[in-house]
Amino acid sequence: MTRKESTVPRRLHFEIFRYNPEDSGSVPHMQTFELDEAPYMSLFIALNQIRETQDPSLQFDFACRSAICGSCGMMVNGRPALGCRTLTSDLPRTIRLHPLPVFKLIGDLSVDTGTWFRQMVEKSEAWIHSEQAFDPEAQEERMDDELAQAIYEGDRCIECGCCVASCGAANLNADFAGPAGLNRMARFLMDPRDSRGDADWFEIVSNSDGVFGCIGMMACHDVCPKELPLLEVYAYLRRKVLTTKIRH
Amino acid sequence: MSSGLISTDVLVIGGGLAGERCAIEAAAAGHDVLILSLVPPRRSHSCAAQGGMQAALGNCVKAEGDNATLHFLDTVRGSDWGADQEVARIFAEEAPVAVRELAHFGVPWTRVRGGKNSYVIKGERVDIEERLENDGLIMHRDFGGTAKWRACYAAAATGHAALYAVDSEVVRLGITVRDRTEAVELIHDGNRCWGVVARCLRTGSHFPVLAKATVIATGGYGRIYGQYTTNATINEGMGAVIALNTGIVPLGNMEAVQFHPTALAPSNILITEGSRGDGGYLLDKNLHRFMVDAEPEKQELASRDVVSRHMKQCMRDGNGVETPYGPHLWLDLRHLGEHHLTTKLREVFDICRDFVGLNPAHDLIPVQPTQHYSMGGVRVNKDGQAYGMAGLFVAGEASCWDMHGFNRLGGNSLAETVVAGRIVGQRAGEFANAASLDVTTSIALHATKRADARVSAWLGRSGSGPNIYDIRNAMGETMMSKVGIFRTGDELAQAVDEISALLVDCDKAVLRSKVPGMNPELTFALRLKGMLRLALVTAKGALLRTESRGAHYRSDYPQRNDAEWLNRTLVRWAADGPEPEFSYEPVGEIDLPPGHRGYGSDDRIEMRQDIEQYNSDAYKQQAEHGRLATKEAPGSRIRWGAWREQV
Repeated sequence: MTRKESTVPRRLHFEIFRYNPEDSGSVPHMQTFELDEAPYMSLFIALNQIRETQDPSLQFDFACRSAICGSCGMMVNGRPALGCRTLTSDLPRTIRLHPLPVFKLIGDLSVDTGTWFRQMVEKSEAWIHSEQAFDPEAQEERMDDELAQAIYEGDRCIECGCCVASCGAANLNADFAGPAGLNRMARFLMDPRDSRGDADWFEIVSNSDGVFGCIGMMACHDVCPKELPLLEVYAYLRRKVLTTKIRH
Repeated sequence: MSSGLISTDVLVIGGGLAGERCAIEAAAAGHDVLILSLVPPRRSHSCAAQGGMQAALGNCVKAEGDNATLHFLDTVRGSDWGADQEVARIFAEEAPVAVRELAHFGVPWTRVRGGKNSYVIKGERVDIEERLENDGLIMHRDFGGTAKWRACYAAAATGHAALYAVDSEVVRLGITVRDRTEAVELIHDGNRCWGVVARCLRTGSHFPVLAKATVIATGGYGRIYGQYTTNATINEGMGAVIALNTGIVPLGNMEAVQFHPTALAPSNILITEGSRGDGGYLLDKNLHRFMVDAEPEKQELASRDVVSRHMKQCMRDGNGVETPYGPHLWLDLRHLGEHHLTTKLREVFDICRDFVGLNPAHDLIPVQPTQHYSMGGVRVNKDGQAYGMAGLFVAGEASCWDMHGFNRLGGNSLAETVVAGRIVGQRAGEFANAASLDVTTSIALHATKRADARVSAWLGRSGSGPNIYDIRNAMGETMMSKVGIFRTGDELAQAVDEISALLVDCDKAVLRSKVPGMNPELTFALRLKGMLRLALVTAKGALLRTESRGAHYRSDYPQRNDAEWLNRTLVRWAADGPEPEFSYEPVGEIDLPPGHRGYGSDDRIEMRQDIEQYNSDAYKQQAEHGRLATKEAPGSRIRWGAWREQV
């Protein structure tokens, strides 16, 4: 416990977006709540307290509460973030919460990221393409550990949707793969177990729904809670399609 | 409130690793498969598994000579002889195949680096020359209670990597997933399961799903311990609840609850056992390595039940670090160095930074033992077929298969998900092959009406009454303080009384919100009674078991008692039944004779019978307790006496 615990708690002032599409009487509006701050208080703790002591109808999503599952992306004072790992001590007294844009609203702070990411995986066929069936008798294929670590780096995305919400292109073009989608493509592109060749990837990556849909504002890179190196990911994809084009 | 009926060949409840691996097996065999999941599958709690997946590949120097028999031995000893030894054997033999299959699906396993590698082993930095001919094979790290380094891993995000790879395969096969959907009731006729009534967590409406075969893969029930668990908020045990509610299907060994030694204090977020496997120390308030005194041989890497007890005792002796949230101990990873911590233990590094503002390369990490895993679950035979209910299968943590007995080894559950998924998915598919959906829809409509009636009852109560969140908090306090690491008869009896009183309160509780849609308060209220019922059978099972075995430790009965308690607890309790009914069955046929585990206490009461006598009617007795016939004869996979070559 290294952080100093303040003796006089702050009175936090929450402004939270409310709308329940299942309730014909509900209209979108902001609702305010007050709450005493506690040490190590995250938005996971704060929102549950608000629901349990003030308004039991408040909708939001948490599962792991440890920044691993990606359920709790939300706009925190205008910036996408994971609620569970956002500590109130890092925020001003007034905390304004909105649902992530781009994704379909389910209610209040809850959005449908599951459907969006499933269609992203389907569209880019983000799985290992292999002509060889799995042989249960065989030893595993070897892989250099450096390469395994590089693939793992891309595999760390938790599909929370923060990057998508922050992305100007994704907000304007519903067909754009989005930062998480481009990262997923790069992850499979560099994986030698995936048999897709440069020409296959060229079709998927090299268009305005792929890497050339990115307009380079790079908010995604700044907001990614897993600190994925998205700048390098896009550079890698652009380099790949460029060299493919030159060779053909 | 209800909407249209859907049907499928194989219905899987739960989109974690066990459920999705089942679904893949059934879909690859040509079946129509539907997965229902509380959350998008990639958000399932499998993603939180960090340190590794046990499989005896034997690829690095410290794993040389490893094999399925050694893995079997470690698993049975870890279970304190509570495991079904045939299932432990099947598991140990299939785990290498399942891990290699995950490589085929795309998991970026950490690989062997041939040449000099530097490790921390039992407090010493050691240089080991990894064989060049093994370069690029899947690497292992050390974990608790194992004879060899055996845990295969992808940094400290093994569950995440495995879940994403398996879910990619689910999408590739075009398997339909309905996320934000909860199974609230089994549709059955007393002998045969025909699917479930589901509740849509977008709209709040109920709908029946008819299926030739139904698989429950909903994970554990850690949230009956309230906030005192590493589990996600979604681990409320609803799969076990819908099985228990039938009054026909028993739950097994519910009192066998694992407490993980290193949950981050005070939030109870998991810090992987891999951090001790990679050389981390446990320190008391005087920065003393108390585990070296307590367990000179295994030190920090004894099994989890043993380490958690030593930690709890250390804090009871006044050697914990006192804080306003209660005492904790320290996990020391500083000597592993920042490079190791930001690569092989990267997720641990991130959690410490994000949730307590610490850098484990420079700071000690506050940890405490906390509820982590449910060894108990829906009792099934080796095919994953539930006792007493044809067409109902269970896999993964939701099941009591039962390879973990009274204590699970770290890394064995993640491996179980995919091993069981392969086997149970195949068996469920075979069952569906031989079945037709020859069922009247009235049975489904009745079940749906019952689900609707429960909602109406909650929405219909008004005035003043207990608050559901107060009941949940009281349940958590009772479970952690009285059904925890050290248990006594007096406290367990109190726990039974307290939970019984909460069940009465639950029937009087009043909702404050009656908004249309999924209504988060209603959604939790609908689960609360089931959670209390699980808590009650856990507490009562612990009260009745007057011995200490694995994670079930009775201070008033400190010995393992193989004369009277070498058995598995079964409990049945219909939704409208007055009292849970307990019975006991043999653990299965015994190959490895009960003995000392090699760590922890060796204080035990020997079996009265000889093993031959015990085994002579073990399967007959199990059948009398509801075990249905298996595809292969019971006991056929045991390799009698193979362990003799290894000890």
